[in-house]
Amino acid sequence: MKKYKHMHYQINDKGYYGEFGGAYIPEMLHANIEELRTRYLSIIAQEDFQEEYKDLLSNYVGRPTPLSYARRLSAKYKSKIYLKREDLTHTGAHKINNTVGQILIAKRMGKTRIIAETGAGQHGVAAATVCALMGMKCIVYMGEVDIKRQSPNVTRMKMLGAEVRVVKSGSRTLKDATNEAIRDWINHPVDTYYIIGSVVGPHPYPDMVARFQSVISDEIQKQLKKTEGREFPDKIIACVGGGSNAAGAFYHFLDNKEVELIAVEGEGLGISSGKTAATIRTGEEGVFQGSKTLLMQDQDGQIVEPYSISAGLDYPGVGPFHAHLFKSGRGTYLVATDKEALAAAFELTKLEGIIPALESAHALAALKKIVLLPDDIVVVNLSGRGDKDLEIYSKNGNYE
Amino acid sequence: MSRLKTLFKHKNSNILNIYITAGFPALNDTILIVQELEKAGADIVEIGMPFSDPLADGPTIQNSSQKAIENGITLSKIFEQVTEIRKIVQIPLILMGYFNQVLKFGVVQFFSKAREVGIDGLIIPDLPVDVYKNEYASLVDEIDLDLIFMITPQTSNERIRMIDKLSNGFLYLVSSHSTTGAQQVLQPSQIEHFKRVKTMNLANPTLIGFGISNHDTFTTACQYANGAIIGSAFINAIANASDLTATIHQFVLSITR
Ligand SMILES: Cc1ncc(COP(=O)(O)O)c(C=O)c1O
Repeated sequence: MKKYKHMHYQINDKGYYGEFGGAYIPEMLHANIEELRTRYLSIIAQEDFQEEYKDLLSNYVGRPTPLSYARRLSAKYKSKIYLKREDLTHTGAHKINNTVGQILIAKRMGKTRIIAETGAGQHGVAAATVCALMGMKCIVYMGEVDIKRQSPNVTRMKMLGAEVRVVKSGSRTLKDATNEAIRDWINHPVDTYYIIGSVVGPHPYPDMVARFQSVISDEIQKQLKKTEGREFPDKIIACVGGGSNAAGAFYHFLDNKEVELIAVEGEGLGISSGKTAATIRTGEEGVFQGSKTLLMQDQDGQIVEPYSISAGLDYPGVGPFHAHLFKSGRGTYLVATDKEALAAAFELTKLEGIIPALESAHALAALKKIVLLPDDIVVVNLSGRGDKDLEIYSKNGNYE
Repeated sequence: MSRLKTLFKHKNSNILNIYITAGFPALNDTILIVQELEKAGADIVEIGMPFSDPLADGPTIQNSSQKAIENGITLSKIFEQVTEIRKIVQIPLILMGYFNQVLKFGVVQFFSKAREVGIDGLIIPDLPVDVYKNEYASLVDEIDLDLIFMITPQTSNERIRMIDKLSNGFLYLVSSHSTTGAQQVLQPSQIEHFKRVKTMNLANPTLIGFGISNHDTFTTACQYANGAIIGSAFINAIANASDLTATIHQFVLSITR
């Protein structure tokens, strides 16, 4: 078995991916972040942590998730297409891989109050779920716009016992929910643990979340070995909001140059329209919500409000992991518009009987944008299921 | 000697530092406000550079920042306003803002420009002292600006010593675990925190900020530090003032009486 060393694309000992990352935090958060930074690796390495984490992943989350060969989609695109079925996890998206890991860390750090931000509501649901499981108090910040467009998830969070706090500042979406969660943490530094939902925020969050999501590529390796006799695909495609499902899907392939890493951002109404969430395409280097990364900003360094039909991609920043993969040329960063994503969602539903999340539909939309060879083994990370998006689908569908 | 050093040399207690948001309530009010604050007896004015996503700020300063951005405030406008202010005002002026704007402007360019227009010190809450030291200090060493860092109830004594060493001007003693915002009384745990810092006999003067809002909280803070910083309470006072000048004088008088 060939092992690849993670040398260039992983976090370095200063907490940076290349020139991106770090911990740009107010002094009020220093003690918390420092405690997490000095402890997360040793906690994760503990035997009892690993036992509990693995047990929860298999017996609660439902892992490993299948790697489904998509027969009709493959025929249409004349290539071998597999779907990594994160939609089949408990709660219906990859987000739970991370919250299961972080709740175990929070417990071991003696924290009793959990806060989280959410866009699509999937991370909020995943956080509320593990809090119910562990009997911990949970507060989820969610933008007013997202509460409207992802209402089924709001109901789920409330039923799970979480308090959902409506965020009315700024664009009233994911970035503002994240601001409020960080402010909450500043105000409750002692008893509170902040479960961030993506590979964003100050170091060590991006690395910690990427580690928890790396179970995705770990399983893909083993599953491809069985079905294809080799451990890696030619191409792996994932959508990018903050970048956690993509980071998890790419993780074990980072240093294998034979694998093309393809990430897809939400283009919204189109880059030229200005209504977009294509951070990597339109962003510039800056510091936002704790890390140095690429972000959408104006000439004066003010953050530009993003737009995407997909609440989970509607974010003006991106994890430093991705800023570095892009800058170093290791990753290919594409965009898909609202329309293209909707078309891809309907296509998958018709061809494979799977209703994807709008976020994941952006990854599927990339199949039309890349060159596919008949022998190519392509994995699309189906990060979540589409139940939460039915209202948007029913408004946009043509059911002839 | 820098204006801040001179100030603390001549006055080491009851220092009143008022925070304002540039471009608020109206775009060009900044100049009048600083001028009147000096006349009314403020010792230092901290001029906030409004940022779209002010992480360390509570609702009052979030709202004043948003309003100022809508009013059309920009960094270049702030530098223009400070240039005008410096023609008529002698007290130390500090800029406070978030690091992304500094980075976008160019760190060296920003520091030089601030110095050139007559700014004496900078507070950048999301630029941690260690990051500043390791990555930026060498670039801006030559530029004569005082870098002011925060210490909080969570900051260990060891770290306070380190921050004290790297700071100039004064130390910003954050009064509680919180974002900015007015508070009516100071809690016993906050007083304990002030006492702890006071007994450390630090090299820099200290000013207590966050939650200082009125005569009582100001006076209490001044027992444990060289003075205090008032932000949200002042912003609230001027937000809907019909007579800005009168309101400013009344406000300062209500604190120092
Ligand atoms: C199903 C699904 N996919 C993707 C995302 C985007 O997040 P990330 O880029 O961190 O994977 C979200 C976020 O809410 C989501 O719910």
